Amino acid sequence: MSLIAITEVKKRFGDVEVLKGINLDVERGEVVAIIGKSGSGKSTLLRCVNGLEMIDDGSIMVAGAQLINDDLHLKALRLKVGMIFQQFNLFPHLSAGRNVMLSQMVVKKTPAGEAEAMARRMLERVGLGHKFDAYPDQLSGGQQQRVAIARALSMQPMALLCDEITSALDPELVNEVLAVVKELAADGMTLMMVTHEMRFAREVCDRVVFMHQGRVHEIGPPEEVFGNPRTPELRQFLGAQLVV
Amino acid sequence: MMTFTLWDILRNLLLAARWTVVLSLVSFIGGGLLGMALLYLRIGKARAGRMFVLGYVELFQGTPLLMQLFLAFFGLGLFGIDVPAWLAAGLALILWTAAFLVEIWRGCVESVARGQWEASASLGMGYVQQMRYVILPQAVRVAVPPTVGFSVQVVKGTALTSIIGFVELSKAGTVVTNATFEPFTVYGLVALIYFALCWPLSKSSQILERKLNVAHRNH
Repeated sequence: MSLIAITEVKKRFGDVEVLKGINLDVERGEVVAIIGKSGSGKSTLLRCVNGLEMIDDGSIMVAGAQLINDDLHLKALRLKVGMIFQQFNLFPHLSAGRNVMLSQMVVKKTPAGEAEAMARRMLERVGLGHKFDAYPDQLSGGQQQRVAIARALSMQPMALLCDEITSALDPELVNEVLAVVKELAADGMTLMMVTHEMRFAREVCDRVVFMHQGRVHEIGPPEEVFGNPRTPELRQFLGAQLVV
Repeated sequence: MMTFTLWDILRNLLLAARWTVVLSLVSFIGGGLLGMALLYLRIGKARAGRMFVLGYVELFQGTPLLMQLFLAFFGLGLFGIDVPAWLAAGLALILWTAAFLVEIWRGCVESVARGQWEASASLGMGYVQQMRYVILPQAVRVAVPPTVGFSVQVVKGTALTSIIGFVELSKAGTVVTNATFEPFTVYGLVALIYFALCWPLSKSSQILERKLNVAHRNH
């Protein structure tokens, strides 16, 4: 069975239907890129997978945890799937290490010592072991995003959702974050990422989903989606991208 | 005719100023505690609670403090409840202070970025945990300067209680004037004492604002 099962998902904001029946299954260890124009519903879809948005119809399951709008189900779902945001969203009043420790201690009731050991391991993993005591505003954007990744990893999720995680970064900082993601992919982490980094999607992803007007318009391995787009919408979208 | 030295006047005013200080403290602490309870309802999930606090705030911010004092003092008297001036003064000021503090604090909680809610939610935290560990620590930092600044308003607000007969600094000023026939000297001293109480508060609000801002930038 797939790790993430998205079935006939519909979502509307007021009168606008942003997701018009999405079906998508993500296997364990798979890396899936979601591409598409802004407004195509790709971020909304990602945010539905861990319950930051509620769906109007259909169902979403992650490793047996279903998206249901109550605290208990949401918590269960969010323990299976972590999320990384465009704006990093580190807690500014806590050091990098404390950022990584907090949810372990509060949500999982991990003792402080264990949580700290885990935080040091995870920060080491994203190359920031020496920044344990630094506060978010003392870190560059790329470093902050890597702390955010360490924070999500420390909860030991089965999958990670990445919502345009390099879009707020200066160009020279993009690669350090993508390198970390690439390593995660190599380690077998299941990833669903909304991205504008076409080259990265091509190199690292197993499948690429092209969303258009609230639907999965095309889906397939990157060679196919990028090399041989079948629909005019995808051709037009790819034509508008600078680097493919 | 008796003569009064400046020291006589000042001594009497300072004795009465103690009551201004006590009333200010009671109002501020009581209003703060009530304000916290109201804040809990105001930003909570229950619609009835939010509506109640909204109405409460409109009522107390939308009427003069003097009317509230009159209502507390005379209004309850109409129902045969004998309210001493100190009780009416304390009660009205606590309710009034809470109405302002809850709105100041709500603004501070809402000033915390939406992403903080989303990040903590996606890590599995529940509402209470988010509040306790993520939102409130950031909101408190924002809230300290305006809260201390508002305490100046509370101190000055206590002057109104003289009208319902509570003997604090302003009332003592009137009494002493009636005895000495030196209104300028007496009210001049009254004003100086108020200033001596309020100025350190507004100054510390400014200092705190600068300090906490710096702390926010560099830690």
